[in-house]
Amino acid sequence: MYPRLLQAGEQGLVIEFGDAIDPALNQRVVELAASLSNEKLGGILEIVPTYRSLMVYFDPLVAPRDKLGASILQRLSKGASTEPPNAPAMIVEIPVCYGGDFGPDLDYVATRAGLTIDKVVALHCSRPYRIYMLGFMPGFPYLGGLPKEIATPRLDSPRTKVPAGSVGIAGDQTGFYPVESPGGWRIIGRTPLALGAEDFLQAPLYAPGDHIRFTSIDRAEYERLAKARL
Amino acid sequence: MSVFVIDPGAFTTVQDEGRWGYQAAGMPVAGAMDRYAHAVANLLCGNPRGLAVLEMTLKGGTFRFTEDRHSAIAGADMGASLDGEPIPNWSCFRARAGSIVHFDFAREGCRAYLAIEGGFDLPIVLGSRSTHTRSRLGGLEGRALRSGDRIEWGAAQGPATPRRLFAQFAPRHGDELVVRVLPGPQDDLFVDEAIALFFSAIYEVTNEADRMGYRLEGPALAHRGRADIVSDAIAPGSIQVPAHGRPIVMLSDRQTTGGYAKIGTVIGPDLRLFAQAKAKDRIRFARVGDEEAVAVLRDERARLDLVEAILREES
Repeated sequence: MYPRLLQAGEQGLVIEFGDAIDPALNQRVVELAASLSNEKLGGILEIVPTYRSLMVYFDPLVAPRDKLGASILQRLSKGASTEPPNAPAMIVEIPVCYGGDFGPDLDYVATRAGLTIDKVVALHCSRPYRIYMLGFMPGFPYLGGLPKEIATPRLDSPRTKVPAGSVGIAGDQTGFYPVESPGGWRIIGRTPLALGAEDFLQAPLYAPGDHIRFTSIDRAEYERLAKARL
Repeated sequence: MSVFVIDPGAFTTVQDEGRWGYQAAGMPVAGAMDRYAHAVANLLCGNPRGLAVLEMTLKGGTFRFTEDRHSAIAGADMGASLDGEPIPNWSCFRARAGSIVHFDFAREGCRAYLAIEGGFDLPIVLGSRSTHTRSRLGGLEGRALRSGDRIEWGAAQGPATPRRLFAQFAPRHGDELVVRVLPGPQDDLFVDEAIALFFSAIYEVTNEADRMGYRLEGPALAHRGRADIVSDAIAPGSIQVPAHGRPIVMLSDRQTTGGYAKIGTVIGPDLRLFAQAKAKDRIRFARVGDEEAVAVLRDERARLDLVEAILREES
């Protein structure tokens, strides 16, 4: 059944590898995206990798859907044997100042989990998280693999304004807001590395398939890093 | 050498064909909501199709020209006037130094476009001058226009002359629309009755309708199981249906990804129908197949080629 081709308008072709949040599935998406970026097929306008599928925007007057779909499937069957398996993952460190006015929901997360605040922070920093995709806003990473102990449902009513750099939890996902936005995630800290849309897009710090590891910093270090960015 | 904003109107932004190429990094495309009116406004004043124009919403603005210049309007009819004299919609006119161009409430349609000979000369940010207000990026400082703004224009690129578009190329905007939709990518997540209902019922545009998307009111569409999916990409015109069953049509400023099942996708050439739809307008969705959708896209391009050829001949 998989991979299967889906239609998203006359200019959208979706290659779907499965129906789950799974590192191996996501890796296939990332590899196909890399393959199509490195060695282009005619008519493709843009590609968007997501958790378990790849969106290909194309011009059907240049490349008919059936032909393009067949070329991509052919690329997949060829690529499977030649790609080096398990290329080492890039890990990007994101420093976070946890709690206080930077993390208004940290107490709630700790209380709900029956853990100390220090333990919540230690768990949040305990492992690298795979970036499954970027979406929602420029540079917003959807990260998987949050320790179950600190998984926390979203706010019942989203905040109208979440400051740039805010690090949050939503269910078993974690991530951070690169630009100020409304949002319903539980905010536990803030990173001084909030780039803003334009800076991020011009020099992305990370891409789908990379990993992010959070490290805990104090307020003085936060201020120092925030200033160093100016 | 500029247009001075006396009053921006309800919501006016700088838009071109959109910022393509950054969706993988989560950057929405933005761009003119009505791509046909955007292209024609440019062609009318001698520009290539893709230059930056002003997109006005529901109520247009008032602008003063600092020098003589050709300018063109297209899209919604906002009762435009030049120094108090009416200007026909879908036309090019010549403003004088000190001229005031005024737009009123939309009488027909929702979004009007003001193009200027040479285009608006703002910085190109990541390949485009389109404003995406939520990212605060592009256009004029990433925001909607305000009173007191001044926007420079660029060098003229082709001959321009005051003229009107042939009526046959100027679409009218009614309040009852038939919008063509290709089913998918997740039509299989809806019960059969929901698909039949979607393609027969009348939906009404709610007040929650902006450049990001249009929420519709009408019969609820039932999912087979959950309404949520593992998030995937959102195409222009994607029709999301959250658990409450009412469709949301995703448009120019849409986020790049989302987690609701999508019953269908509005075909590209019909996106302009949503661009010109406003609250209370009634919509019926008509099912098309891929072959027909591609044929309509071919027709749309051929029509623009023809408009371009005719206008070039005239000037």
